[in-house]
Amino acid sequence: MQVDWFPLWLSLRVAAIATVLAVALGLWVAWLLANKDFRGKEFLDALVALPLVFPPTVLGYYLLVLLGRSSPFGRVYEWITGEPLVFSWQAAVVAALFHSLPLLVKSTRAAIESIDPSFERAARTLGASELRLFWKVTLPLVRRPVFAASALAFARALGDFGVTLMIAGNIPGRTQTISVAIYDAVMAGNASLARLLVIVISVVSLVILTLANRLSGESFGRRASEQY
Amino acid sequence: MIHARIRKQFPAGSESAGFRLDLEFQAAEGVAILFGASGAGKTLTLDCIAGFVKPDEGRILLDDRILFDAAAGVNRRPRERQCGYVFQNYALFPHMTLRQNLAFAVERLPRHRRRQKVNEMVERFRLAEVAGRRPHELSGGQKQRCSIARALIGGGSGGPKILLLDEPAQGLDAPLRSELFEVLRQVQEEFSIPILLVTHSLEECFELGGRMHIVRQGHLVQSGTPREIFEKPANLDVARLLGAYNLLPVEIRALDPGRNASRLRFREFDLAGPYFPGRLIGDRVSLCILPQTLRATPRNGLPGPNQTPLGLERVVEMPGRVRMEFEGGVLVEMPGRDFHAHGQVRFWNVEFPREEMRIL
Repeated sequence: MQVDWFPLWLSLRVAAIATVLAVALGLWVAWLLANKDFRGKEFLDALVALPLVFPPTVLGYYLLVLLGRSSPFGRVYEWITGEPLVFSWQAAVVAALFHSLPLLVKSTRAAIESIDPSFERAARTLGASELRLFWKVTLPLVRRPVFAASALAFARALGDFGVTLMIAGNIPGRTQTISVAIYDAVMAGNASLARLLVIVISVVSLVILTLANRLSGESFGRRASEQY
Repeated sequence: MIHARIRKQFPAGSESAGFRLDLEFQAAEGVAILFGASGAGKTLTLDCIAGFVKPDEGRILLDDRILFDAAAGVNRRPRERQCGYVFQNYALFPHMTLRQNLAFAVERLPRHRRRQKVNEMVERFRLAEVAGRRPHELSGGQKQRCSIARALIGGGSGGPKILLLDEPAQGLDAPLRSELFEVLRQVQEEFSIPILLVTHSLEECFELGGRMHIVRQGHLVQSGTPREIFEKPANLDVARLLGAYNLLPVEIRALDPGRNASRLRFREFDLAGPYFPGRLIGDRVSLCILPQTLRATPRNGLPGPNQTPLGLERVVEMPGRVRMEFEGGVLVEMPGRDFHAHGQVRFWNVEFPREEMRIL
């Protein structure tokens, strides 16, 4: 049987990029929610959590409206890159990003809020700027929960179906991720291909989660040399 | 030198009573102690000085720098205040070695100065052997020395101008406590900055000496050396807080300034005391007297002058002495050997020495 492995590689690449973006964005939003008081804070919190409760089609629809070729964002994107965002593999990244972001924000916020406030106070009395406090104290202290959350986010990004289908479509060789390919194979009556892809994605997910669990459970890595 | 005048109001909430912090004090080089019960506002005062909490009104001056001035709208950020703060849980960063913890505080210095300062502190606080370890690998005493060293090294360019300690001896066992006192005495000698510490233990106050400021419900009620305060508690609240006295309800029956004498009614007995100025006959007051100064003797016939017959209810063995608890809540302490020489006796005469009597 001639198997096209493109959907698997695409999915892994999309999920990896989406996870990196989600971690960066998630850390920032979680830090804001945990440390700052501002108007609309609870609204932002709810907004970030929406993808958890929305049907994927609804989230996909919103993104389609916001990022489509006639939307302001879509036009700017197209003007810069020369290509539309929707129905490209980059759109799949956006889909996976929004699909996995709530998970990261929720657990990162909880992790930041559970830090003993005396660590932050100590850092401040010792003359640390807020930025240094974040990089040198807050981030290392939430490293493990964030790592665990990003593994889950990666798995979730890997498994996104609905949102991807809505804004990236199902273009074989371009935007067809593995979950979409499985759907395609089932619809086309190609049972053996569907079975193979399902087994592959199951194994990959399991391996990633096991690996991540082991890594996130490791104690603070010892650095070989002193800091200075 | 620190001079703080702090006011902060916490309105009563649905589940909490209101609280008002309103105190003013100054402290020069040496140890100053904020003493009070939990919830009196001691730690809140430290937090206002360090800049974690913003007072409503007042002014905080450290040396000649204004840290906070409500009227002028000055409120420096904690990192600009040059206050070393030793947290109750030490707050050593768990992901850094001891050396890195110290280095964190001097990162604004040039590299060679940094290394020099860290090494100096490591030497001074006897941390050389464990400098490469993380906090969870250290003993309690090492953690404590490290947190004090870190607070003293940092606080901006010139090192801290004051050391703040939040209940440093809380929850420590006896050897660790005496080690802490030792380290603080060392700090007092080697760094000429005020050391302001919060405690509710009388032992700490006497160990460290210095000046004691008694805080009660957000207000300063008495200041002085531990000895002065212990000998003359300003009022009943202070005496209760110190917790070392018999505080017995008595009524003043007679006052004679000419002969420097008074008569006090305690239960159904009269006691002869010195003259108490500013009191009136008929006043119901508290007789404040140390348990060590009362003398108990097994009852043999009638009580002598200034003796009250009392029944013994309970005896508590303490190191080298016993505490006898009599009816009416009278406590008497005597050396264990003297007590045991008397054997099992139920009824005693308790003598109130005239010169030790004080009323509040």
